[in-house]
Amino acid sequence: MSSQRARRRKAERIRGLMETEGPIINENVSRMNRDRYAAAERFDEYEALRDEARGIKEDAIADLPALLDTLRESVEANGGHLYLADDAADANRYITSVAESENADSLVKSKSMTTEEIEVNEALEGVGVDVWETDLGEFVLQVADESPSHIVGPSLHKSREEIATLFNAVFEPEEPLETADELTEFARDYLGDRIRHADIGMTGANFVLADSGTITLVTNEGNARKSAVTPNTHIAVTGVEKVIPGAAELQPFVDLISKSATGQDISQYVSMLTPPVETPTIDFDRPDDPLGSGDGERDFHLVLIDNGRLDMRDDDQLRETLYCIRCGACANSCANFQHVGGHAFGGDTYTGGIATGWEAGIGGEEAAADFNDLCTGCSRCVNACPVKIDIPWINTVVRDRLNADATPSEFEFLVEGLTPDAEGSVDIQKRFFGNFETLAKVGSATAPLSNWVTSFGPARKAMDRFLGVAPERDLPTFRRETLVDWFESRRPRAPNATAERSVVLYPDVYTNYVLVERGKAAVRTLEALGVHVELASPLESGRAPLSQGMIATATDHAEALTAELDPYLDAGFDVVAIEPSDLAMFRREYEKLVPDEYDRISANSYDVLEYVYGLLENGTSGDALATPTTPVAYHSHCQQRTLGLETYTEAVLDELGFDVETSEVECCGMAGSFGYKSEYYDLSMDVGRELEGAFDDPNRQLVASGTSCTEQLGAVFEDGVVHPVELIAPDGS
Amino acid sequence: MATTDVQTFTTSLADLDVSVSRTDAATAPAAIDEAAVDPAIGAALDIEGISLADTAVETELTPRGLHEAETGVTRADRAVAAYGSLLIRSDDGGTEPLSLYPPNHVAVLRASDVCDDVEASVDRLDEIFGSGGSAVLATGASSTGDMGALVEGVHGPKHVHVVLVEDR
Ligand code: SF4
Repeated sequence: MSSQRARRRKAERIRGLMETEGPIINENVSRMNRDRYAAAERFDEYEALRDEARGIKEDAIADLPALLDTLRESVEANGGHLYLADDAADANRYITSVAESENADSLVKSKSMTTEEIEVNEALEGVGVDVWETDLGEFVLQVADESPSHIVGPSLHKSREEIATLFNAVFEPEEPLETADELTEFARDYLGDRIRHADIGMTGANFVLADSGTITLVTNEGNARKSAVTPNTHIAVTGVEKVIPGAAELQPFVDLISKSATGQDISQYVSMLTPPVETPTIDFDRPDDPLGSGDGERDFHLVLIDNGRLDMRDDDQLRETLYCIRCGACANSCANFQHVGGHAFGGDTYTGGIATGWEAGIGGEEAAADFNDLCTGCSRCVNACPVKIDIPWINTVVRDRLNADATPSEFEFLVEGLTPDAEGSVDIQKRFFGNFETLAKVGSATAPLSNWVTSFGPARKAMDRFLGVAPERDLPTFRRETLVDWFESRRPRAPNATAERSVVLYPDVYTNYVLVERGKAAVRTLEALGVHVELASPLESGRAPLSQGMIATATDHAEALTAELDPYLDAGFDVVAIEPSDLAMFRREYEKLVPDEYDRISANSYDVLEYVYGLLENGTSGDALATPTTPVAYHSHCQQRTLGLETYTEAVLDELGFDVETSEVECCGMAGSFGYKSEYYDLSMDVGRELEGAFDDPNRQLVASGTSCTEQLGAVFEDGVVHPVELIAPDGS
Repeated sequence: MATTDVQTFTTSLADLDVSVSRTDAATAPAAIDEAAVDPAIGAALDIEGISLADTAVETELTPRGLHEAETGVTRADRAVAAYGSLLIRSDDGGTEPLSLYPPNHVAVLRASDVCDDVEASVDRLDEIFGSGGSAVLATGASSTGDMGALVEGVHGPKHVHVVLVEDR
């Protein structure tokens, strides 16, 4: 298939899901996300526990072989069986053999993603066992024959009306079911019957305690408890990564998991079972015999699944995925997920931000290829994750590995001169966007001709066709006079060798070639506050190639830029960035790209408004800065918010007397090149429109910190969006 | 245990729509009878001075009784004040299914069993697990949002009542 056709098809599929499942997914997921913020807010220990949880998982995965030995001893001492399965087939072989030896006809299951992963239902049905999902969401999917669209709420994409229609068609009740109460009652009775008469109960496990063999199940409905203790045989199926040492290590997770998942302080039921449980056996086929007098003994099998996980443990980049407690917060906080759900943003089993890591780990990178691009790297999930997994980085790594496998395009000549990534033949569209710096240089040098050419119909058609640049999206207007040109032309006027502070301003590619005004405003602002300003060479930070998964190219850029900044840092200069996505490189990704330089640059680099805030706090007078002329509507930048930097902008504007309204929208939906790509243009606009609600006052000046936000706000509203530094900069040239 | 724990606990229960009666050992049987909807079944409470024999609660347990009961009466081993959670043991008296199957659950608990938070319950959990025991931290009624709106009373109870026995 031509890449243009593939892109069209993808766009079509995303549009379809946006229309059918989008609205209901959006409602459910956004609510869970809001509730998560509220639950974290209420809980003082939230941040400290995240660190603790992270530490526990790091240690547990490091010690996994020893923990598994301890666990085996505990489970066997309790009288249960532990089976370590290599892969799905191995696990299913064991599980079906247990079912056969029990002569089982029926099995009730409580929700477990791991059993979805191994497709145990099919295996059991293959040996004649009826399988019933007892979680109501899973039951809906079983009846509808659909796959889960969310790790926590598998049927979040289905509305009450759809479920009612489905149940009425399949079960033909005497009175049609309509309300949520009626549907719940029907499902409960129907499944209750199946639970009472099942031969085997199957559950997953959220956590497994090595020292006692206790398995923990976190649920709201109570079905896991019933499934585990009603039939005499209990099979728990889970991944090897779920093992932690003991009760003390369990506590942080009990406190964190539901807050992160659904915004509940705690789930209704945190079951901690050390099977075989003491509860007397319950034989509903002999209803009048005393409890416990029925047949046989309780039997317990713990099936721990490797299925690629132990290789992930050896993989320095994917290892973190194993810390995941499957709370789904990364999906809920993801702007794209909120609009398309897990049927677009997910693989065979796992959905949402971390799904890329899971699918790549258990199914190979190819399994993640289809949806990996939907991560824009906005990083909003980073603070949502209770175990502090760097989810965007995992997505980048998988993207990089997928790039290595891409086949060269016959249109290679179009991106001739744009560096290929060292790892292989990167997709032509990615190379185009990953080399924005080169384009900007050429574009600026040939402006205004370049602008005229790129706005010309046939050129846009060709860019769409060969490069996948959305024809609807306005392209950046390159400026003939760059920030560097301007700065050099005024150099004699630059103050003042006696300044107490010296700053090297980082002219990111956009500021230098496109949004030059914000660069000038930053220089004027800093100088007005008595700071000596020098301008670094306009080198790319590595953000653009990194977004395309071109890690080697990004590393080259990062090395070149840190080499450029080094002498300034040696001389005691502070580094100030105007573009938040570049500052986020210094503060986040440089840890991975240029580890030796990371500490110094992350500690000494600042967002321009953060820097202004620091100066004002330290007693510098803000009198020379501009005073408010209009109320403003401010959209901070996603990566900036992840770093907690938006508060500085708000504080500065506040102090200078601005009337500011800030949007709480997670991400504008643009996130770098994403909105330019023809396959994602519609989704990008759909996400962007959330800002409409936040900014409905036409009298407010629109203000955005990031380049992509500026472009997206421009597309949704009108042009004339400014950077906050342009608001406060004193007049001048 | 400080009285603030108990206060926090009752506030948390109120937020969860869990009703409470505060009693002493002598009046506990009456409080249980009042809270329990018939037919009620229960397991020995193992709290000094309180016996289900003084109530209308049936203690001979059968699967049919479990299926048809309107109320299950059980002991709660501990409570977590911050969340209003009850720690329910799985014992050979059938406490686990009794607290789960009937639509109403009446949990009997001593004020001295109330802990501050989950962290403060870790020692007790360790003890329970260490001796091969099992337990559930149950918080409010069973619920689901899977059918398009929040519904209480799914596979577990729709209503929970706590009989809090003042013992300090
Ligand atoms: S990666 Fe983090 S946020 Fe996402 S599901 Fe796993 S634990 Fe939750």
